[in-house]
Amino acid sequence: MSEDPPCIVIAGAGHAGGSAAAFLRQYGWKGAIALVGEEAHLPYQRPPLSKAWLKGEASAESLALRPARFYAQQRIDLHLGTRVAGIDRAARRVSLSDGIELGYHRLILALGARPRSLALPGADLAGVLALRGTVDADALQAALGPGRRLAVIGGGYIGLEVAASARALGAGAVVLEREARVLARVAGTALSRFLEAQHRARGVEVLTGVEVAAIEGEAGAARAVRLQDGRRIPCDTVLIGVGAVPSTELAAAAGLDCAGGIVVDLAARTSDPAIHAIGDCTQRPLPLYGRSGRLESVPNAIEQAKQAAADICGRPPPQPEVPWFWSDQFELRLQMAGLAFDAHEAVIRGDAEAGGFTVFHLDREQRVLAIEAVNAPADFMAGRVLVAKQARVAPDILRDPARSIRDVAA
Amino acid sequence: MPQVTYIEHDGTEHLIDVEDGLSVMRGAVDNNVPGIDGDCGGECACATCHVFVDEAWLARTGTPGEQEASMLSFAATAQPNSRLSCQITVTPALDGLVVRMPEAQH
Repeated sequence: MSEDPPCIVIAGAGHAGGSAAAFLRQYGWKGAIALVGEEAHLPYQRPPLSKAWLKGEASAESLALRPARFYAQQRIDLHLGTRVAGIDRAARRVSLSDGIELGYHRLILALGARPRSLALPGADLAGVLALRGTVDADALQAALGPGRRLAVIGGGYIGLEVAASARALGAGAVVLEREARVLARVAGTALSRFLEAQHRARGVEVLTGVEVAAIEGEAGAARAVRLQDGRRIPCDTVLIGVGAVPSTELAAAAGLDCAGGIVVDLAARTSDPAIHAIGDCTQRPLPLYGRSGRLESVPNAIEQAKQAAADICGRPPPQPEVPWFWSDQFELRLQMAGLAFDAHEAVIRGDAEAGGFTVFHLDREQRVLAIEAVNAPADFMAGRVLVAKQARVAPDILRDPARSIRDVAA
Repeated sequence: MPQVTYIEHDGTEHLIDVEDGLSVMRGAVDNNVPGIDGDCGGECACATCHVFVDEAWLARTGTPGEQEASMLSFAATAQPNSRLSCQITVTPALDGLVVRMPEAQH
């Protein structure tokens, strides 16, 4: 009796899982690859869902990570519309929700995250939406247009991007944020205040420091958001954008270490040497900052996909990356690099009125921890180098418009 | 279909048919050519699709736009013939294009 050829099973066909399959082939894996995805689609890019896709400016082809023929050419077996339901680590087998069982040589968990839900009265009304996949985005798009009004609960990146897209589609938009400023957990105060002003200037109502009490409806459909202070915010669609929770249940049930994500090392290895985990679902080391964390970003998904594929194929690990993120709102291009843990000082270079500016977050020793660039791509690229080098730069030098950013980073 | 030759840093060549209208980055990603990642999907936001355009083709590929030039000014190992391949659209006029990849994208 012949053994099955060694197979790598990838659980999750998002940006991380889809990329891992491609890198395994690039790095020389000759055995079978099975890519299991819960959505019916080929792996696709999520970032455009709140922007170009929502505005009708992207096609299914442009959204797809790679065309259908790619998977046949690269001998990647697709199991779409199903998910890994259980892991038998001792037997190295997974069972899928459609009843299929697959043996694995290595298993890569790329399970992603799902939108955090809110236990609010009225959260089950029609017109109350979240945004993770194309189905969500299509429902949102159908609800946005002239004469419609969107209320976004949560002033994070997704909420602000959707509010900007809603305005572009002719709908009204109001952003309701519990903290004193938007992006409170993920950006510095200067960027928060700048974006609040930009959104207001384009007709988005931004309310900060407000607590939502309930969503009110008529005939089963959302019609308003009621705040704790009694105010009633009329709307016909509600987007709940209050962050995401990592999908760790499958890993936890299999006994893998989980702590705010599936715990992995810099080779994306879990506590089981036969199982890797990548992307939004992981709690990963952040070596620049001497701690671990969970990153929800495409660059992180790709970096960890490379780590896992390199480890499995016996290749040297990929070069470490500075965490980075981007966002587009109105005509603003935001590019952020690094993480502002324990930041001591925020130094602003450039002038928002003059078209672009960058916030440099420094620690007490004037090391560049993180940067936030608005319409300032050269600053972003230079800042990424400064963060990677943990360079020390005096604030006066960063502020000095006469100094080229090229000289600062040299 | 126009053909593009992608040459990895180690000299490995990939001759790829790229559909008219797709970007040079997309042509690489869709065919698993190593060395071009395209993290941002072609938004000119990440500079992970940096290539060197063969000198003979520079006139036909045109010059970088403002955003692209700013990104390239800090790309590792940038040269005068550097481009972000997401910003080059493949047309019949570029049939035979040759691009080379840097050692790393960061």
